[in-house]
Amino acid sequence: MQPHDETPHVPGPSIWPVGFAVGVVVLLVGLIVSWWIAGVGAVLALVFAFLWVRDLTAGTPLAHAPDVPPESPTGANIPADQGAAALPPTDPSERYPRSKFLEVSTLGLGAVIGGLVTVPAVGFMIAPAFLKQGQKDLDIGPITDYPEGKFVVATFMTDPGAGEVSRRTAYVRNNGQLNGQPSFTVISNHCAHLGCPVQPNGPLNENGKKQMGAVTLIPTISIAGFGCPCHGGQYDTEGNRTSGPPVRALDRYSFSIRNGHLFLGKPFSVSHVDGTGASAKIHKWTLSFPGEHVDGIESWLYPIQPPH
Amino acid sequence: MATTTKKPSTKAVVQDAILYPLDWLEERSGLVGGIKYFLFRKVPGDINWFQTLGSATLTAFIVQALTGSILAMYYKPDAKDAYSSIQHITNDLWAGWLVRGMHRWGASVFIILMFMHMGRVFLFGAYKYPRELNWIIGVLLLASGLGEGFTGYLLPWDQTAYWATVVGININGTAPFLGPFLAQFLQGGTYINGDTLSRFYAIHMLMIPGAIFALIGLHLYLVIRLGVTSPPWSKEAAGTGSIVKPSSNGRSGLSRFGRQGR
Repeated sequence: MQPHDETPHVPGPSIWPVGFAVGVVVLLVGLIVSWWIAGVGAVLALVFAFLWVRDLTAGTPLAHAPDVPPESPTGANIPADQGAAALPPTDPSERYPRSKFLEVSTLGLGAVIGGLVTVPAVGFMIAPAFLKQGQKDLDIGPITDYPEGKFVVATFMTDPGAGEVSRRTAYVRNNGQLNGQPSFTVISNHCAHLGCPVQPNGPLNENGKKQMGAVTLIPTISIAGFGCPCHGGQYDTEGNRTSGPPVRALDRYSFSIRNGHLFLGKPFSVSHVDGTGASAKIHKWTLSFPGEHVDGIESWLYPIQPPH
Repeated sequence: MATTTKKPSTKAVVQDAILYPLDWLEERSGLVGGIKYFLFRKVPGDINWFQTLGSATLTAFIVQALTGSILAMYYKPDAKDAYSSIQHITNDLWAGWLVRGMHRWGASVFIILMFMHMGRVFLFGAYKYPRELNWIIGVLLLASGLGEGFTGYLLPWDQTAYWATVVGININGTAPFLGPFLAQFLQGGTYINGDTLSRFYAIHMLMIPGAIFALIGLHLYLVIRLGVTSPPWSKEAAGTGSIVKPSSNGRSGLSRFGRQGR
């Protein structure tokens, strides 16, 4: 064995105490928060304590003599205040110098603290826009207010508490019966080009206006389709694009009928509609932003839609 | 000393009174020298009025920052109050119409000046080595300025603002792949709602201005470090002056030049 009595024994650097400390912190936090977090912390602390102790004992004479080659005799010819001899004695087991450890741990700790602050803040900025986006079904009045074969302009608030900003408009047409079930065409007024409000191409019967809370119904007299005032997109009465920049047909709302009242459900996107009225075949797609193709090769540009 | 002390002249007393606080400040901070270094730089002798467009843009931004901060004292970024608070600023408050007008028209002035400044830099070839990085920072500033225009346009919360923003957000939504996510992030939901307004206000008021301040700092730092370009018709070719060598102190060891210059 080397006579290294002059240099006190310094245990080799070890990363395990960091894990041990984390385990202890998790254990303490767990005592406040929840028993199973405390359990996780205890397990972490025990595992890392074991690894740490194993490391400590591995390099000491208690375990076995380290397999160290004898010091090079050439070092003796250089005066002690110069050359390699002047450097602090290097332990061959010190593969990972202290300064490096301190640098990495400072940067690492900084990253952890930075992450602890940044992740919740940035998450709070982004997540609410994507979570809980669905809306409840909306009552837009008794189906008797919807004369068969005529569009009715229905405006309503999706969230009356939020006020006018939540006001939306749908064009609703009663198609009569389909296989014994009432059939409705419910077209959203969001232009499929860039989201401006499309208008009915034809006169409204303002005298037939009905107001029920936040819901307003104005029957049309006779309309030839829909047109958008912003960029000139035109649609037929089924919402199919007939001219202008829109990339697909107008979006529609799903609907249900409860106790004789018409309820609007989730909106969905439509590429095109074949046929008319109750017998129309609607090509449905998940709700997409205006200006996005839902079918054809261009739809490859929008592989995933955010949760609506 | 035995000589009679002469009474100091009034001019000397006044000069002393002015210089004393400046000397005090200089001794403790070096700020006076720093400001002199910033303001009294050597520029090419045949410099041109077009080269004041950058300073003009900076002035326009300062006007926007100032009037915007003051408008924020009266504006209410809430879906129910925003429109009426704008009406209140414009019609009821003393000089509110003026400050709002300064901010509203100043926005266009800021954007126009940025483009003119950009044009000057392009036509003078001032984006070339070693000033490429300053061009890039300038492009980021232009993008930030346009972002200010987009977010600020919604704040009056009238029909024009609302539908222009609907269209603007949906244009963002048509960007490939992440467009729908960007649009939904900007809206703060599936449709424009009250959160959209507050969100645009926060971006308009805090985030982008902070970025612009930081970028202007970098922009000016590079202008001071690299100097002003000569106009293209200049007798002296631009860029012949020596570029400031990177300092060879310890920290510059991170850059390749610093290492070689040792």
